[in-house]
Amino acid sequence: MASTTEVRPEATTPEPHRRRAAIVSWLTTTDHKRIGVMYIGIAFFFFLLGGLLAEMIRTQLYEPDSTLFNFHRYNQLFTIHAITMIFLFVMPVTVGFANYIVPLQIGAPDMAFPRVNAFSLWLFPVGGLLIWSGFLSPQGAASGGWTLYAPLNEKLTIGSTPGWGTDVLIMGLLILGVSSLLGAINFLVTIFKMRAPGMTMFRMPIFTWTFLATSLLLLLSMPAFTAALAGLFIDRNFGGHFFDPAAGGSAIMWQHIFWFFGHPEVYILILPSMGIVSEILPVFSRKPLFGYRAFVYATLAIAMLGFGVWAHHMFTTGAVYAPFFALLTAAIAIPTGVKFFNWIATMWRGKITFTTAMLFAVGFLMIFLIGGIDGVFLGSPPIDYHLQDTYWVVSHLHFVLFGGSVFGILAAFYYWWPKITGRFLNEKVGKIHWAFMFVGTLLTFFPMHIAGLNGMVRRIANYPDINSFVLLNRMSTIGAYILGVGMLIFVGNILSSFRKPVTAAGDAWGEGNSLEWATSSPPPAWNFDELPPIRSERPVFDMRHGTVHAPIAAAAATTGATADETEGTHS
Amino acid sequence: MSVEATHAAVPTARRRDPMPASLLGVILFVASECVFFAALFGAYFTIRSNAGSDWPPAGISEGLHAWPLPAIATTFLVLSSVTMQFAIWAIRRGDRATMLRFLKITLVLGCVFLGMQAYDYATLGFSIHDTVFGTTFFTMTGFHGAHVAGGVVFIYLMLARGWSGQITREDHTGLEAAAIYWHFVDIVWIGLFCTLYLLK
Repeated sequence: MASTTEVRPEATTPEPHRRRAAIVSWLTTTDHKRIGVMYIGIAFFFFLLGGLLAEMIRTQLYEPDSTLFNFHRYNQLFTIHAITMIFLFVMPVTVGFANYIVPLQIGAPDMAFPRVNAFSLWLFPVGGLLIWSGFLSPQGAASGGWTLYAPLNEKLTIGSTPGWGTDVLIMGLLILGVSSLLGAINFLVTIFKMRAPGMTMFRMPIFTWTFLATSLLLLLSMPAFTAALAGLFIDRNFGGHFFDPAAGGSAIMWQHIFWFFGHPEVYILILPSMGIVSEILPVFSRKPLFGYRAFVYATLAIAMLGFGVWAHHMFTTGAVYAPFFALLTAAIAIPTGVKFFNWIATMWRGKITFTTAMLFAVGFLMIFLIGGIDGVFLGSPPIDYHLQDTYWVVSHLHFVLFGGSVFGILAAFYYWWPKITGRFLNEKVGKIHWAFMFVGTLLTFFPMHIAGLNGMVRRIANYPDINSFVLLNRMSTIGAYILGVGMLIFVGNILSSFRKPVTAAGDAWGEGNSLEWATSSPPPAWNFDELPPIRSERPVFDMRHGTVHAPIAAAAATTGATADETEGTHS
Repeated sequence: MSVEATHAAVPTARRRDPMPASLLGVILFVASECVFFAALFGAYFTIRSNAGSDWPPAGISEGLHAWPLPAIATTFLVLSSVTMQFAIWAIRRGDRATMLRFLKITLVLGCVFLGMQAYDYATLGFSIHDTVFGTTFFTMTGFHGAHVAGGVVFIYLMLARGWSGQITREDHTGLEAAAIYWHFVDIVWIGLFCTLYLLK
């Protein structure tokens, strides 16, 4: 195992006079692993910024008539908070993990188009900074909500959004759209064309499968958003009339095109986390994933159905055929239910070890389940008429996005950190982090259900002192502070891990299944010195237990060896 | 024949991949472009269905004629797709000279189309802010024109590579990709021409 640490250029500290060369080599890299790390790092920076906005929002709502921020500033806070978390954190951080992990999992040396990959990466901070630059405008950043509904986000009517904050938001989103689109093409081609010999489609790890589905969704939904944004930009700056009903345009049309993108988008946000959880549960339950094929088909079914449910965001417009969209929305619960039974059956009678990654995965199951079920409520038109634009919706989307996507992402941090850095995050601190996140999530977002049922509308800076709104909001605010402390603990855990030596074996958890565990931690620039034979969806498991012949070059030496010794042969 | 058979028998010779990575990438890109233009067409027909019989609005329809300029431009663009396909067939036979000749014709036809569109823009008599028809008209044809311009650059790059001998019978993936993109741009224009100029 000790031999894994030697002759890895990334692992040695560069000498002072070579530091500049090291920085240049990072800025100009086309290595999918370095690009992945930079995606994750930049996205995490934006996560902290977005979290800061969330704390500001919750601080404002601690008092029913708070004057901490005026209404206009408050509108900017929740708009940029949502945009940041969706487009500048969850999407790029999952792209980052996929960048690092997917080529490893399919046994490829890199992505199909490494330079396009680097281009996608560098578009991302450009778009992000452009969006945040809106705060420099005299009227402040965009304030019309992340859904950018027209005509509110036009420049025409009284009470619309005249400042250039909205224009830079549109431009930033267009740039991020190009980045996502090129990324999606890159992932699809990589997965279709770059798989190692023996890695058939139905031997691919589930995370790769979910990212394949995510990329398909991006490919076929993002351009609709691009078209809508282009139309909005033309309306705002060139006197167009797309979304201006007074001049013959259509405001409802914005909602149709936006949600044709926006609903697949929520699966773009959650599918990678579902994949991450599906990687972690088998490893720490010491069992194969239950119902691999059913899981793959369920993922594809969710992706397909995701294109047919956009109008369930528009029931209250009265302009859509509610029965069809309600039926299709309810139908999505079926493949999602399949996945839940897969996950539970995977853990059933397994030898479970509660590492931090496992705790976050189990936390994902619990919180995402609640979020999924209260989404089914919203999918029923009569109930939706009561709950539309209330805090029930805010609660639902945070249960699935925070308790779902973000818990999956945090699980990925703990699970793949030793693969990426060669160092483990502190498990004891990690469990404290998890406790803060779990309690904080439930305390922040569960009271919002009740506030929403009681009629509290979303996106308001002040609220009346009725229906126990004050108590519920104070619970949420305290929960948000607990989440903030939890994230500070996490940052501390990350920073202190860099002071530890590189100790992780190739198969860092000793129970890895997929190919990323068949190379050293961190992997060499060329990813694999040799690949084990791929005869099932768990090639590393097969190698460890000698159920197939050991690597061709390593021959019989590893048969029957322990995990650590097996790893020694790979360095 | 016999020469080819000998080559095929050499074990180190690479088998030709029917779907190289770069070609697949361009096909996926074109798939996403279909969604982009579908959204624009959807927007157009939504707005039009709300407008009723006054379409194109009074004051616009007078300047909008399918004949002669747009129809001739359409013919040129369709012809350029044909010459592009001739170039592909030529290189598949290994006939590089014919390929280069047809590629040059394609490039010229693409440039002529762009010039005619610019002239059309200048003489239409309405602009992007004149009624919702003007907005949809200039947005759709403008984005299409940008795609044609991109295609012209793409074709020029292929031509430059062809001149330097990089495009061969064995390896002409880039040209195949350019052709797929060019045909797509052509098909979109046929849809636009029918929708905006003919379907009044």
